[in-house]
Amino acid sequence: MEPIVLDTLDPLIEALRERGYAVVGPVVRDGVIRFAELGSAADLPTGWGDEQAPGAYRLRARGELVFGFAASPDAVKRFTHPPRTSLFRMRDGVPERAPVEAPKVAILGVRACDLAALAVQDRVLLGGRYPDEAYRKRRAALFLIAVTCAVPGGTCFCASMGAGPRAVSGFEVALTELSGPHRFLAESGGERGAALLAALPSQPAAAADLEAARAVAEAAAGRMGRRVDLDGVRERLVQQRESPIWNDIATRCLTCANCTMVCPTCFCVTVEDGTDLADGTAERTERWDSCFTLDFTELGGAPVRASGAARYRQWLSHKFSTWVDQFGAYGCVGCGRCITWCPAGIDITEELERLR
Amino acid sequence: MIPAPYRVRSRRPDRADTVTLVLEPVDGACPPFLPGQFTMLYAPGVGEIPVSISGRARAGGYVQTIRAVGAVSRALCHTPRGSLVGVRGPFGTHFDLARAAGLDVVVAAGGLGLAPLRPVIRELAAHRARYGRISLIVGARTPDALIYPRELARWGRRFDVRVTVDRPDRAWQGPTGLITGLVGRIGVEPGRTCAFVCGPEIMMRATAEELLRRGIPADRIVLSLERNMKCGIGRCGHCQLGPLFTCLDGPVLGYDKVAGLLEVEQL
Amino acid sequence: MKKLAVFKLASCDGCQLTLLDCEDELLSVAANVEIAYFLEASSARGEGPYDLSLVEGSITTPEDLERIRRIRRLSRHLVTIGACATAGGVQALRNLADVGEFASIVYARPGYIQTLDRSTPVSAHVSVDFELRGCPIDRRQLLEVIAALLAGRRPVVPTHSVCIECKARGNPCVLIAHGTPCLGPVTQAGCGALCPAFNRGCFGCFGPMQSPNAAALNARLRAAGMDDEELARVYRTFNVTSFGGSCDA
Repeated sequence: MEPIVLDTLDPLIEALRERGYAVVGPVVRDGVIRFAELGSAADLPTGWGDEQAPGAYRLRARGELVFGFAASPDAVKRFTHPPRTSLFRMRDGVPERAPVEAPKVAILGVRACDLAALAVQDRVLLGGRYPDEAYRKRRAALFLIAVTCAVPGGTCFCASMGAGPRAVSGFEVALTELSGPHRFLAESGGERGAALLAALPSQPAAAADLEAARAVAEAAAGRMGRRVDLDGVRERLVQQRESPIWNDIATRCLTCANCTMVCPTCFCVTVEDGTDLADGTAERTERWDSCFTLDFTELGGAPVRASGAARYRQWLSHKFSTWVDQFGAYGCVGCGRCITWCPAGIDITEELERLR
Repeated sequence: MIPAPYRVRSRRPDRADTVTLVLEPVDGACPPFLPGQFTMLYAPGVGEIPVSISGRARAGGYVQTIRAVGAVSRALCHTPRGSLVGVRGPFGTHFDLARAAGLDVVVAAGGLGLAPLRPVIRELAAHRARYGRISLIVGARTPDALIYPRELARWGRRFDVRVTVDRPDRAWQGPTGLITGLVGRIGVEPGRTCAFVCGPEIMMRATAEELLRRGIPADRIVLSLERNMKCGIGRCGHCQLGPLFTCLDGPVLGYDKVAGLLEVEQL
Repeated sequence: MKKLAVFKLASCDGCQLTLLDCEDELLSVAANVEIAYFLEASSARGEGPYDLSLVEGSITTPEDLERIRRIRRLSRHLVTIGACATAGGVQALRNLADVGEFASIVYARPGYIQTLDRSTPVSAHVSVDFELRGCPIDRRQLLEVIAALLAGRRPVVPTHSVCIECKARGNPCVLIAHGTPCLGPVTQAGCGALCPAFNRGCFGCFGPMQSPNAAALNARLRAAGMDDEELARVYRTFNVTSFGGSCDA
């Protein structure tokens, strides 16, 4: 389907709702721009932007744009790989699989970095010998509407990871917000997207609209707050396993695990087993875990990675080195969340540079 | 992945803190396993741990030996005959005995490390003619901590079996000290020897280094590694060792693949 | 049926009340264990020994010392509950001052007051099987500890940071997004990130997490405008004996 131009997003939201989707998008809430269910396009954070720096995030009133902000603290991971899920219950020794909750959710405003992160999670959770069927169901229930990043944050480096700022695949619909006059270029990424767009009031996109959208992405790519030099990084992290730099980072690292919680590709989980006091039913739940906890590597009562340095090394080396060995791609998409949401402001791009 | 219900068919205390269970599926037959593979054993409501498979019972169930060291292993050890536990698996890589055909074989076990090697030894015994000289060296902290004592005696009539303990009691008449001390006594022909090693990491590294010094190539020294395995299927991330998921790429790995990784502290 | 007892030393009763607050679940507890001694709930004074004793409060008097030794003797499992019992509680502020001076200011006849110089956690005097943190403790965690110990398993009480729970709950980070001082990164989880969920900073009532790096957090808090006095106050309010030194990091 040829690209089209939309004047407003309400018909899009309405059409998704008619198709049975809960429509989730960015809203201003609790001092951040985050994903929540939308009533109408009026709930979108028009006029709001964000300032992001290592360990710092602030909302700022900024222009007229609806999508004039960078990565939200919420990644799509929250929908595809939720923080806590029940796996099974067992009564009298017979296990009963917990039903998988896979609600139909349309996410409006997914950034290229988050689509890249989904592709990484697909490799991890679906690509191996033991695919995660619950993830597959939740993933299949999503309808993703991408938005080209116009205003990257101070901690963004998707361009150097080859993950953005413009979404090229993995979406049903991709929007680029244009101004003068304010409008959205809409492109379909598949049949479902094309069918949806065909039902909306629109005009065909002119060459000038396409050119304007290209310019938005190009300008954004040039305004990335940070960059990573991937040349040789995988081998270098192996060579640097015993570098004193890890100890230096550990003096600043809180081992609080915030970076892994906000990371859109981090997939590690643990299970918790318990029993219901009332009826003796056993239950197992799965929850997000982090390589920054001591329990993560507990073996015979003691952690393998006791030091903060070892735990930070595991995290950074996994993202940029061993992830490639395991899954054939980097575990980082350059969204910058781990930098923004690190209370100590540790900047992985800077640490990678120091580890050269 | 959900544990399948298995019934405890028999329960044999080996030692004060070690129990060998025979587990049979409530429905159907046990999936086939290879020596060195493990299952995730689930004590309902208490938790799940990886336990290596020590053999197949005559009636078909898995033979699994468990030492009570934590809440889950304690619960499993105390599971009475006839009760249900959960089983997932078998998982992981195995000791490849086909590669040992025509070679001398050294089997080195430290403590409970004898449990995953038991099916290896039984296979060697069952097809004795396929292999050259077979040596079994076993180390344990105390004579009391030795598992499978009766089988050790039986194997001793067929292979060169040597057992050492760190802390002997009065009745002990065998060698004392570390298992590495036994490596020199078995007479290794490096060009035609392979080794299967399982035990505490420090014991495995010391043994592997000793074998390496005697000229056995690293890729013919095979270890079984232990890390915190929660899922057994490469999904929870806990058991990573550098690029390896110990549960998927291991637990059984050539020393050529892991020597460099084990050298790095807290990797 | 297994016997449960609840004891109180120097404390405010809030942690015991958590058990009463369990309401529906309390009925399950009551149906599965004999609540042999729990003065807050019942006048029954069932004799020991007890399978599980929950002890609230810190040791502040010579009588407390004698009592805790007797409780220990009578209890198969002894679990301390709350910041008082696990880290001295608010009353451990006396540890940093002269308790005799306090007594002389507060009481007309301080000679009647028999008190120890310091408020100490139960674990300083007898062996403790499990310490449940918090001021007050968390309801779900209390039920988990009771269920786990009665079932012979390890309680699922993670010792990692509050941040993990905070992110799982979906809170925006108050420290980073609002500039609100927050002890979450160095504090043990368990509360479900309650304060940040209401846009308040964590004040550390669950005590230090498994591998706290107070120096790193303090650098951030000082940059946010906290002075040494304020840092001392936040670390020394609830868990003086476990967190008290962190302000100097």
